[in-house]
Amino acid sequence: MDAVLPILLTIIAAATPLVLAGIGELMVERSGVLNLGVEGMMIMGAVAGFGAAFMTGSPYLGILAAIAAGAAMALLFGFLTLTLATNQTATGLAITLLGLGLSGLIGKPFTGQPITRLPNWHGIDILVIFSFILTGAVAWFLFRSRAGLIVRAVGDNHTSAHTLGYPVIRVRYLAVLFGGGCAGLAGGYLSLSYTPQWIEGMTAGKGWIALALVVFASWRPWRLLAGAYLFGAISILAFTVQTFALGIPSQFLSALPYLVTVVALVIISRNRLMLRANTPACLGRPFVPDR
Amino acid sequence: MKKILLSAAVAAMALGAASASAFAADKYKACWVYVGSIGDFGYTYQHDQGRLAVDKALGDKVETAYVENVPESDSATAIERMARDGCKLIFTTSFGFMDATIEVAKKYPDVKFEHATGFKTAENVATYNAKFHEGRYVLGQIAAKMSKTGTAGYIVSFPIPEVVSGINAFMRGAQTVNPDFKVKIIWVNSWFDPTKEADAAKVLFSQGADILVQHTDSAAGMQVAEEQKKLAFGQASDMIKFGPHAQLTAIVDNWGPYYIERINQAMDGTWKTQSSWEGLKEGVVNMAPFTNMPDDVAKMAAETVEGIKAGTVNPFMGKITKQDGTVVGEDGKMLPDGDILGMNWYVKGVDDKLPQ
Repeated sequence: MDAVLPILLTIIAAATPLVLAGIGELMVERSGVLNLGVEGMMIMGAVAGFGAAFMTGSPYLGILAAIAAGAAMALLFGFLTLTLATNQTATGLAITLLGLGLSGLIGKPFTGQPITRLPNWHGIDILVIFSFILTGAVAWFLFRSRAGLIVRAVGDNHTSAHTLGYPVIRVRYLAVLFGGGCAGLAGGYLSLSYTPQWIEGMTAGKGWIALALVVFASWRPWRLLAGAYLFGAISILAFTVQTFALGIPSQFLSALPYLVTVVALVIISRNRLMLRANTPACLGRPFVPDR
Repeated sequence: MKKILLSAAVAAMALGAASASAFAADKYKACWVYVGSIGDFGYTYQHDQGRLAVDKALGDKVETAYVENVPESDSATAIERMARDGCKLIFTTSFGFMDATIEVAKKYPDVKFEHATGFKTAENVATYNAKFHEGRYVLGQIAAKMSKTGTAGYIVSFPIPEVVSGINAFMRGAQTVNPDFKVKIIWVNSWFDPTKEADAAKVLFSQGADILVQHTDSAAGMQVAEEQKKLAFGQASDMIKFGPHAQLTAIVDNWGPYYIERINQAMDGTWKTQSSWEGLKEGVVNMAPFTNMPDDVAKMAAETVEGIKAGTVNPFMGKITKQDGTVVGEDGKMLPDGDILGMNWYVKGVDDKLPQ
């Protein structure tokens, strides 16, 4: 049993950043916006969170800075895609590239500096607990509240929502800012808790995994949480299996989390009718009001 | 979808590669092509420290430039751009840049190239490498002395000879102290992925290892060791800041003297192609101070370092029993360099199957 608890705790740590960033992106996509800038927003959150914690000595200020940095990148993304109606795919990629480059520049003085980790109990800290609260809150908001209904309406048919008098652009701005804040927070979790240091490129593709999870979870919050935990669990178990030296190729074990997660989520979401009902119909389509 | 994501990621890597240079017209231009970011605080960071040492020593005569985050799959473009930009001597610092370096060197016969850790040379391509395995032998001895469980955890990147010979040297060192010493190995299939390295460290500690060795580039594992009150060895850089109570020592890459020597030779016309392979003796491989261990262990480690420098001790001296039971080498003789540089087998006692 001694070996089981640490492994469970490691799985929780591995899943948390995916949940935080994924839930944010889920809200964004539900409003009809495809944000490929998650990775860039995440790494900006990581560097800002670390920087603030390093300079002030307070990891909590680090958390706030991480959210603010992610939201700031999201604001830029929103201005380009919503106000100027640029192509969302290209803009999202540009935001990711910008984030990766800019974070490296900002982070130069922080390289090789340790900080005190966010207070935690065996690795369980407030961000882990918050990731569950966030999932529940977003699930309730989207499917049980009037405001959530409006978000989904905007994502499903922005023309009708506009005709009914809903402020499509404003709703999308709020969703994008929320998503950016969540991505920034996920980055902050990496640099303040998971590996409490700043390293250039430390997100190492986690933003992309979160993005993929949103799609494979068919835009349902609790499924996304399950997918993130499944992904984390398989990654960690694959490492554990390696220590038994069974001779299973490590390359195969490394690929396993991706395979298993995709297959599992596709099976859960195999009902085509439900899938179509869940997919935001206006996803990725810019909205330009007639007047 | 996956393909889009993948190509997007590749594009991000390629475009993320930034370059910097200090402008000066008539200075000799030396350039570096890095696989990682200079902020990794590991392998690439140490190469860049070497470049900065060149700036410091030869700054009035030499101009340096670098490009970082160059993907191994598409390095020829980056190397060729350096050659076109007027670089006279180009250091390409990753094993995976080997074929691209040779290819570009053919097109630019007037430019000199130096490729780190590879084995292909040409008229204008030299190779250079460090005997990291010498340091790993010392780590093995310390680990066997310090471990309570008799088991070390070892995080590794890819099954290339440098990594495999490192594991073997570590075990050979450990076996001189404890013949039954065990090592648990996790391949993370990446040189640099801090969260994966942290995950692997946590898993290894949960599986009974109490000392961590790594052949990946970040200090994430060291931090996990510090937090869990375990022990660890730093990699490429001195990581004592990340593990003030955990770091026993670190293998520190020190490329500066080599870079300065070769650039000087290139400037005065005595540069020739060669395969340089230096270690503790020449100072290319250094050991960080021995910390968090009793005096007698530190003394033993220091003696081993001296022995390796003097040539009386070596990880691959004498008869060596392979994992499959066959024996190579002869008493009192070193294994030929080629066998170490191409090592693709484990020594006896390594409980892992080498990925092919």
